[in-house]
Amino acid sequence: MGGALTVLFAVGAVAAAAAMLVARHPMRVALALIVAMLCLAGVYAALGVHVIAVFQVLIYVGAVMVFMVYVIMLLDVRDTSYTRRFSPLLVPAVVAALALVAALLVVVVEAPSAPPGTSPPPFGVRAFSQAFLDEYWLHFELVSVLLVAAVVAAIAVVKAGARRHG
Amino acid sequence: MDKTQLLLVVSVALFAMGLLGVIVRRNVLVMLMFMELTLNGVNLSLVAFGQQAGAAAPVVLVFLVFVVAAAEVAIAIPIVLLLARAKGTLDLAGYADLKG
Repeated sequence: MGGALTVLFAVGAVAAAAAMLVARHPMRVALALIVAMLCLAGVYAALGVHVIAVFQVLIYVGAVMVFMVYVIMLLDVRDTSYTRRFSPLLVPAVVAALALVAALLVVVVEAPSAPPGTSPPPFGVRAFSQAFLDEYWLHFELVSVLLVAAVVAAIAVVKAGARRHG
Repeated sequence: MDKTQLLLVVSVALFAMGLLGVIVRRNVLVMLMFMELTLNGVNLSLVAFGQQAGAAAPVVLVFLVFVVAAAEVAIAIPIVLLLARAKGTLDLAGYADLKG
């Protein structure tokens, strides 16, 4: 059951990502990205990593993508980038991306697979919190410094823009 | 093909499509969204390896990637807003005078 769900959600994520590549309006790209992220949350839940599934929905879909959709609605100007979707680099970029996929797939297929019968136990909030605050507290503090820096930088950018435009 | 390999193939596909989107699309907001897609692909590979090894470190790392992605969006969106206000367009071709 879990395996079938994993495959289903994985296929859904790849299909939504492909839809992002061809969609014309940014809002459709954003909605396809939300679908891809929800499918990935489904994959994580099917794998038993419920903490990551919840954070994927809360942080990515709930915060980041809502912000993105809000900005798209704010900037809904009829733009030249809506009619001409792709840059002149389209053909070389597709060739390079296919070469990258081929190279990475060779590595992935040749990687040693897991020994059979070693499915890890479901990873709950308790195990995550203990690992997070016992072993990785320094990273937690560093990330809080990064967030403060991001907030200050965002305010500085907005103030600089307001000063320039009066 | 076992489950880890399937997840790694999916993560390679997501990463490659995200990179392709950043290169080929012209809209700045769309490029930002494709960057998020690459981060999601990397997260998936981290979780797949973590499941294979049965370790806690990848899950913590994925959580930190979430926070970094949120900080990235918090900086990038105001910059895009200012650019769109200054140039009146979201098309990358309109920002050619930013070249050094």
